[in-house]
Amino acid sequence: MARIALDLAHAYSANPQRDEDYALLPLKMTFEDGGAYALLGPSGCGKTTLLNIVSGLVTPSHGSLTYDGRDVTKLSPQQRNIAQVFQFPVIYDTMTVGENLAFPLRNRGVAPAKIKERVGRVAEMLDMSGQLDVRAAGLAADAKQKISLGRGLVREDVSAVLFDEPLTVIDPHLKWQLRRKLKQIHQELKLTLIYVTHDQVEALTFAEQVVVMTRGRAVQIGTASELFERPRHTFVGNFIGSPGMNFLAASGSAAGIEVAGRTLAAAAPATGAFTLGVRPEYVRLMDAEAPGALPGVVTAAQDIGTYWLVTAQVGTAESATLLRARLSPEQFIPKVGDAVWLSVIGTHTCYYVNEELVA
Amino acid sequence: MELMLNGVAQRFGAATHLYGLDITLVPRAVTVLLGATQAGKTTLMRVMAGLDKPSAGRVLADGVDVTGLPVRQRNVAMVYQQFINYPSMTVADNIASPLKLRGGLGREGINARVAELAAKLHIEPFLKRLPAELSGGQQQRVALARALAKKAPLMLLDEPLVNLDYKLREELRDELSMLFAAGESTVVYATTEPTEALLLGGYTAVMDAGELLQYGPTAEVFHRPLSIRVARAFSDPPMNLVQATAGDGAITLPTGLTLALQAGAIGQASTTVTVGIRASALRVVARPGDLSLPGNVELAEISGSDTFVHVDTMIGELVAQLPGVHQFTLGAPITLHLSPAMVYVFDAAGDLRVAPSGTHAAASRA
Repeated sequence: MARIALDLAHAYSANPQRDEDYALLPLKMTFEDGGAYALLGPSGCGKTTLLNIVSGLVTPSHGSLTYDGRDVTKLSPQQRNIAQVFQFPVIYDTMTVGENLAFPLRNRGVAPAKIKERVGRVAEMLDMSGQLDVRAAGLAADAKQKISLGRGLVREDVSAVLFDEPLTVIDPHLKWQLRRKLKQIHQELKLTLIYVTHDQVEALTFAEQVVVMTRGRAVQIGTASELFERPRHTFVGNFIGSPGMNFLAASGSAAGIEVAGRTLAAAAPATGAFTLGVRPEYVRLMDAEAPGALPGVVTAAQDIGTYWLVTAQVGTAESATLLRARLSPEQFIPKVGDAVWLSVIGTHTCYYVNEELVA
Repeated sequence: MELMLNGVAQRFGAATHLYGLDITLVPRAVTVLLGATQAGKTTLMRVMAGLDKPSAGRVLADGVDVTGLPVRQRNVAMVYQQFINYPSMTVADNIASPLKLRGGLGREGINARVAELAAKLHIEPFLKRLPAELSGGQQQRVALARALAKKAPLMLLDEPLVNLDYKLREELRDELSMLFAAGESTVVYATTEPTEALLLGGYTAVMDAGELLQYGPTAEVFHRPLSIRVARAFSDPPMNLVQATAGDGAITLPTGLTLALQAGAIGQASTTVTVGIRASALRVVARPGDLSLPGNVELAEISGSDTFVHVDTMIGELVAQLPGVHQFTLGAPITLHLSPAMVYVFDAAGDLRVAPSGTHAAASRA
């Protein structure tokens, strides 16, 4: 296991000038030894490039990375001692489950007694102890992928285990069980795990630290709670949560915050223009003229089963913006066309200048 | 268009893909076909479109029998999972193609309609490009614009957003909802996702294993699933189901816990029932009259807006939905609380006998 430190960038061309020239913009970060990390973002955000740089499949065009202080920038995945699990099962159909799990160890000349112990332990963690002598060929896709996961986890001397969308082939009803397995395994084995996905559920459930990426840039590294409560970048506010954060154009004045054609008495985070962000979960129905609230007209009220999603238009004709509130079915739900007051300023409100969190 | 299906069944050799079903689609509204893969959604849509002739039953469009009338002779628009466009045509020509084929609109009229749709679907900058030069989301926008172009009275969409990232899906779903709300077409939209059905609103037809189980306003079907099968198909995370015994005005859960029942809800004494508990009905904060269910956390799944906590309790494994992001240690003790008023009760045949009070009222407001 290793502590992996990066200080690098990866450009498409020899002389990168603009941000668009980079697959991965300059990034300095550390994957701590024994940590569980996820790289999360939409397709094309650079997460797979970052994973391939960590594994050694791609050499960064600029900078370097170290494993426990040792420069590994030019080393292959084998030399870095990395285990990888891919989207689709990579196993030997002609071998039994046990032989498949033992393969990475046999390959490295591990003593038979040690192999038996390690394979037994991994099989038990994956609930495959009863299938060790079963030929892999006849198994369902999810069982095969479990073997792939097991092969990735079987060696205790690996620097890190890297996962690239490993649950894609798994039936939705079984996914949560495998997520639980992965979490349990991480707690038991204390391996450094890095997990690439575009699925927020997988990233937030699996990882202690999530690296959110967009357009080649890591915009925030944080826990699930941090990404939800204090998105450091507007992209994170929108990407995490369904629906994402509401954003309103605002500016500071002597009287407070100018937003949607009104002046709200509150300390402005900046003198000029800024963006006010508030999650639908924190927008509340208020009494008329309540502090921190904006008047609006309801344009949609949707029963989403476990909650209501109410959309209201706030602001004057020039500054009209839609604001969404997630309301409990136990409270009063306004109807389309109703005039409402919705809170936008509170302890959960975030403020952004140039997309970056300032307060 | 009012589309009516009478006793429509579809068999291929010995295999039955659709059991005889009747449905009259609410005109100019969205009907969601909700069901797992293999439920029969695509088979049903192909019959509605006229792509396949049913092995039994009749299809009536505005009262006219169109059973077996091929799709070419009908005015139907379709959108598929795969992003299907004409690869050698520009985006503008793709959108214009159904209009040119049908004629009637002059060159100016076609251009105006293409511009209008491109604006609605945010693809104006790409009108001169080829589909292959666009991202997946943009390609599907082109396919949607083409389907909308001819203002077909019937529009069928078969899981149109399934191959897109979830944020893109959210965005496009919102836009589609607005386009559908204009009421130009009777829309049928197939999906495997309960949340997508709820977000689209309108009406939902729940399908399972080739059968149509229930059809009604979406929120009403969600809040009053008439059978366990509907409840299973229409909940995410799955509804918690616990075997129990009903009798003497109460339900006895495993380990002897009891839930008071509204009088007369279940007929005779001492019958086997299934208690259904939605994940959102389980709370970590107790209220007076709650049933307490202590257990241990097996996993906390975080969706971004909600946390789904899997808990091993004395009555079995339960999933609780907590709003917001919460982190739990695996194995940590936790107590879930449940209001007896929030449970569903299904009889031995799987039919709904008791639904949570108040949910119907909430549903009818939609």
